[in-house]
Amino acid sequence: MTLVHRRLSFFVPAAVLLTGVLAWGLAGMPSFGLPHSDYARYITAHAAGQRHVSNIVSSVVFDYRGWDTAGEELMMFAAVMGTALLLRDDRDDRDEERRRPTDATTSDAVRTVRAGAVALTLLVGLWTVAFGYLTPGGGFQGGVVAASAALLTWVGGSYRRLRAVTPTTMVDATEGLAAVGFLAVGLLGLVAAGSYLQNVLPLGTPGTLTSTGTIAVLNAATGLEIAAAFVLIFREFLEEHVETLPAREEP
Amino acid sequence: MSVYPYLVAGVLFVAGLYGVVTSRSYVHLGLCLTVTQSSTYVALVSVGYLRNGQAPITQGKTPGKPFVDPIVQAMTLTDVVVSVAVLALVLSLALLAHRTHGTADPDRMRQMKG
Amino acid sequence: MQDVLLVVAFTVVVVLGVCVVLTRDPLRQTLVVGFFGLALVLLLAVLQAPDVAISEVVVSTVAFPVVLLTTIRRVASVRRSKEEES
Repeated sequence: MTLVHRRLSFFVPAAVLLTGVLAWGLAGMPSFGLPHSDYARYITAHAAGQRHVSNIVSSVVFDYRGWDTAGEELMMFAAVMGTALLLRDDRDDRDEERRRPTDATTSDAVRTVRAGAVALTLLVGLWTVAFGYLTPGGGFQGGVVAASAALLTWVGGSYRRLRAVTPTTMVDATEGLAAVGFLAVGLLGLVAAGSYLQNVLPLGTPGTLTSTGTIAVLNAATGLEIAAAFVLIFREFLEEHVETLPAREEP
Repeated sequence: MSVYPYLVAGVLFVAGLYGVVTSRSYVHLGLCLTVTQSSTYVALVSVGYLRNGQAPITQGKTPGKPFVDPIVQAMTLTDVVVSVAVLALVLSLALLAHRTHGTADPDRMRQMKG
Repeated sequence: MQDVLLVVAFTVVVVLGVCVVLTRDPLRQTLVVGFFGLALVLLLAVLQAPDVAISEVVVSTVAFPVVLLTTIRRVASVRRSKEEES
């Protein structure tokens, strides 16, 4: 029996059992579309008043369930560090002659469009992060958009420019410092009010950028960390990709 | 309609697991894990949905409609972004396994060991 | 009307999800995963979850294809060079 068939012979009865359990759970699920969470009802009624925030999801992510978000940040940090360690260590071990990639964009049109696209994407990313607690958006979403601005410098044809714009030490340091910044703001809450990640900064006028206290600071720290982490992931994978390209002939 | 979303989540979950079990390539395996993760997103956000509800943003809201559950949305959105980093880790393991053993097939890798 | 929209969105998501699993070639699977991400975004938008939909859009449009395509290229190219050696 091949390995796949052996695995399937275990999987099929287990899947039947799982389907049975899922169906039993399904029968007990609350009806789709009906309210059934008192916590949700409380949060939607009181979050705007208690935290001066417009985007209630942001207040849940960075304030009411801030500790869960701290865990997610650390998860992100660990996963990115794992990727970087695996790929960089292996690249050093292989000790291949580092071939210089053929940066073959000679088209002015591509370079112009790339300049505009990078600037626009970075602006949209920063705007999404900054207004994250007033409109849909936030550190997580805007961070990825800002990282894709860095990616666009490569897409526009120049890998050397991407390498110049995102030096490894700066990206590593930014990611670590932003994660530490998140945890440090939590310590501020511990010192000032006795509970970790308590919202202790002034709440300000609802609807402006200077509202919501620590939610704004944590939002910015998260945006920075996610952007740095994604730039690191993109850089690592693109290094792998660039090694497959034909080397430039040395003059 | 009252259980259809959870049925969808269940089907996605089992389909993803089936893909992991019968996978012939680590890249395919990573993507099937993504499908399984998406089933949790569907299940979570469906739990929070209210009939005739609106998004939990107070600016520009229509008065009279209730807000849907923001807590499950908060859990889901952090998970979506972090899942990319986890997929990157799985794929870098696949890359290294390929480099060491010359194949990205989980079955052939088992036979080559030792 | 809202009900019909919801049923259609859920159905498209589950069909594309099963298609992702059944597509064996990783390169073709990347394309199907792109469509699956789009279907998921539409479902999340209909379920009144704009934050989650924005996350899923940026992740499925930018991050997944880059990571997947560079890996597939690398896996295939190493395999090709090993075949040339043997």
